[in-house]
Amino acid sequence: MSQDLTYRRPISTWWWLRKRTYFVFVMRELSSLFVAWFVFFLLLLIRAVSRGEAAYEDFLDWASSPLAVVVNVVAFVFIVVHTVTWFAVTPQAMALQVRGRPVPAPLVIGAQYVGLAVVTAFVWWLVLR
Amino acid sequence: MTKRRIEPLVWMTFSAGGVTAAMFMPVLAFLFALAFPLGWITPPSRDHLLDILQNPVTFLVLLGMFTVMLVHAAHRFRYTLYDGLQLKWRWQIAMLCYGGAMLGAGAAFIILGQVF
Repeated sequence: MSQDLTYRRPISTWWWLRKRTYFVFVMRELSSLFVAWFVFFLLLLIRAVSRGEAAYEDFLDWASSPLAVVVNVVAFVFIVVHTVTWFAVTPQAMALQVRGRPVPAPLVIGAQYVGLAVVTAFVWWLVLR
Repeated sequence: MTKRRIEPLVWMTFSAGGVTAAMFMPVLAFLFALAFPLGWITPPSRDHLLDILQNPVTFLVLLGMFTVMLVHAAHRFRYTLYDGLQLKWRWQIAMLCYGGAMLGAGAAFIILGQVF
C-alpha cells in the first residue's frame, strides 16, 4: 500500500452535532450497539431458562430492576430507530424490478412493514400460546 | 488481499443481520425486556420456554439470527468509530469488533446447546 499524502482538513469529533441530518445518521449507526445489547440480553435469558426455575425467576427480577429497565427502554427506542431507518433505505439499497419495471419505493417499504407484522404475530403466538 | 475477498461476505452478513434485527428485535425486546419484567403481560412458564428452545429448529434459527445480528452490529459499530469518533486505529478496531462478534457467536452456540 502506498502512503496517502493528500492533505485532509481535520474534522471535529463532534461534527455530527452540527446538523439534524448528521445527528440522525449517527443515531442510526449507534443503534447497532443496542442490537448487540439485546442479543446479549436474550442469551442471558436463555442461559437462565436452561439453568432452572430459580435462575429464570432471578433473571426476571434482575430485568425489572431500575437500571435494567432504563437501559432496556433506551435500547428499545434505538431498535425502533433501527427498524424504521432500515426499512426506509431498503429501496435505495436494493432496486427491485418486476417484469422489467422498477417497484415503487413506498411499495417496498410497505411490504416490509407487512413482514414485520407477520413476524411479530408469529413470535407473539409462539411465546404466549 | 484477503480483506478484499472477505469484504462482500461481511456486507452480505451485515444486511442479513440488519433485516433480522429490524423484523425480529422489536417484538423480542418488547416482550422479554419490557412487558414480562415489568408485569404488563404474565411471563410464560420456564417449561414453555424450554419446550420452544429444545426444538432443533429453534436452535438453528436462533444461532443463525444471533450470529448475523452480531456481525451486523460489529460492522456498523466499526464504521461508527471510524467516521463518528474519527478514531485512527483501524486495524485494531476491526479486530476488536469482528473478534467480539465471533466470540459472541461462539457463546451463543454454547448457551443454545446447554438447553438440551
